[in-house]
Amino acid sequence: MHLDEKIWLFLSFGMIMIFMIFTGYQALALGYGPPSHKETIDPQKVDQTAPFNEPGIKQIGENEYEVVMTLQIFSFTPMDIEVPAGSTVHFTLTSKDVVHGFQVADTNINAMVMPGHIQKITQKFDEPGEYLVLCNEYCGAGHQAMSTTITVK
Amino acid sequence: MSSFTEKIKKVDPRDAKLGMAHFYVAFIGLFIGGMAGLLQTLVRSGQYTLPAGIGYYQLLTLHGVVLALVMTTYFIMGFQLVAVSRTAGTLSNKQRTTAWIGFWLMTIGTVMAAVMILLNEASVLYTFYAPLQAHALFYVGLTLVIAGSWLGSAAIIMAYVAWRKQNPGQPSPLLTFMALVNTLMWVVATIGVASTVLFQLLPWSLGIVERVDVAVSRTLFWYFGHPLVYFWLLPAYMAWYVVVPKIIGGKIFSDSLARLSFILFLLFSIPVGFHHQLMEPGIDAAWKFLQVVLTFLVIIPSLMTAFSLFATFETFGRSKGATGLFGWLKELPWGDARFLIPFIGMLSFIPGGAGGIINASNQMNQVVHNTIWVTGHFHLTVATAVILTFFGISYWLIPHLTGRTLTKAMNKLAILQGVLWAIGMTFMSGAMHAAGLLGAPRRSAFSEYGGAAQAAEWIPYQIAQAVGGSILFIAIILVLYIFINLAFFAPKGEEEFPVGEAANLAEKAPMVLENWKLWLGIVVLLIAFAYTIPFIDLIENAPIGSKGYKLW
Repeated sequence: MHLDEKIWLFLSFGMIMIFMIFTGYQALALGYGPPSHKETIDPQKVDQTAPFNEPGIKQIGENEYEVVMTLQIFSFTPMDIEVPAGSTVHFTLTSKDVVHGFQVADTNINAMVMPGHIQKITQKFDEPGEYLVLCNEYCGAGHQAMSTTITVK
Repeated sequence: MSSFTEKIKKVDPRDAKLGMAHFYVAFIGLFIGGMAGLLQTLVRSGQYTLPAGIGYYQLLTLHGVVLALVMTTYFIMGFQLVAVSRTAGTLSNKQRTTAWIGFWLMTIGTVMAAVMILLNEASVLYTFYAPLQAHALFYVGLTLVIAGSWLGSAAIIMAYVAWRKQNPGQPSPLLTFMALVNTLMWVVATIGVASTVLFQLLPWSLGIVERVDVAVSRTLFWYFGHPLVYFWLLPAYMAWYVVVPKIIGGKIFSDSLARLSFILFLLFSIPVGFHHQLMEPGIDAAWKFLQVVLTFLVIIPSLMTAFSLFATFETFGRSKGATGLFGWLKELPWGDARFLIPFIGMLSFIPGGAGGIINASNQMNQVVHNTIWVTGHFHLTVATAVILTFFGISYWLIPHLTGRTLTKAMNKLAILQGVLWAIGMTFMSGAMHAAGLLGAPRRSAFSEYGGAAQAAEWIPYQIAQAVGGSILFIAIILVLYIFINLAFFAPKGEEEFPVGEAANLAEKAPMVLENWKLWLGIVVLLIAFAYTIPFIDLIENAPIGSKGYKLW
């Protein structure tokens, strides 16, 4: 093997090891891993199953909120959420029909919401403003109209 | 073998006909899929509405199915069959017949799926995620495409086995070896998609079963979906490793290194599908991370390839007397489309690969998942690196198979095509990456999202995508013009099928690289390791399944 080739392979492996270590440390030690909640639900009985029988926003601590939300063609329930700046919001999500995506522009909120599964994701909102919430998985003819807002005051 | 006999070695006309049949379908697919792509970018610019009741998502399904599944598979099958015929000898009648049956099965399947899409019975996109439910004939069509590709694969495997029997103790010809690796990977990978289509989606769409397990279906799809992208990439690598060195007049840097990198692709491109499902519920975060680690390992053979290619270029340039750090660049044949077009593809794979590492990086995927960044990413990889290389291959392979030549005028047009592609893709993919980082979703028709300020920021980028898309469509027209010329009108003559020789012919490739029991054994072990526990977990903890929806 050529010397250049050895140097190149050493750098390649080194770079990849560094990526793995950083990603792994963040995901497993700091808890930044992607949303992977494992509870399930009967997709046809979402309205009758707690907590989704009462979708909405609830204050659960100082600057801490829980949002229970259902996604269905082509809307979110509840719509147009408001929280004070500096709030941490825990979202609990499920779908009443097909696969949807839950994305909030300019934040790291991004999760697949699948029928039969409950998904959870948490985000702290520091900057005031109106954030666009949209479905980012194709769900039918009205997919591009599936959006709402989160207003941070 | 002397370079003279090498030069005149031609693919047998019967095998050439088989190859050309695949290429006709591939290039018809390119036209249809490219047209759909152009219309999509126009719709997303907000300046254009589709006529005649055509749906945006119907068009998007057509674009994805025709380009990602049909055009690529036909081109690859055709290329690999003639590459095996060229390097391991003319196919036997049995092998050729098997491949022909495969071709017709694929074609019947393609027509069925296409008709269902055109009738608006299958606007489920090329990933056909349940519980959106397409017409049963769409799933039957896809099954036939896969079954047909298995017959084409069988022909390649049979040809390889026959060659090994006739040449005991010898390493197989490099191109044949590479075609075999890609074929084996394809067969192992398509088991996943065939399983979900045959055992879940087809019975469900026929009403035999009422419900489908969504998470299992997605997992089986992505078990196939990631090796699918390597199935596209490896034929481009074949051309980069073996054909391009010959075109520039150089040597293959190392035969063994090339084989080793292909074996690594075989091992690591399959047990990594979870990196497409990182945002999904129901899969344990630890198992996702394990597959992220395996995904990182598949970067190694690509970095080895990059080294090998540039080593070939530099060695060649220096042999021509080039000096200085980059003097060898001047010696490369920039005026030869057969070199330049794949070379543009290689360059695009640098940002394409880097973007891929970002996408695969577990939590970082949250920033870009299902945004149009991802669309920008795979238009650099498959729709530039791979497809430009396929065009570069076509510019010598089509005339080789039809007994014609690539004229100087066509060569110039081909170079123009490559440059237009680079410009168009810089606009389109660049704007997609930028808009994606701002949050713009992929797979969405034009929307102002109720007048949201954030969505308004995306619109200038969407206009840039339409500009890029239009330039790309002009390039596609040029490709088709050149293809038709080379297939039917170019002057008769001999066009070379370039097959490079290794720099060190004395160095025989280690025979362990052809020990398929060993490699397939490791493939099975790695898949079992990466998938068994999370898959059992998905089934044991499965929710009640979903009924089908037709929402378009």
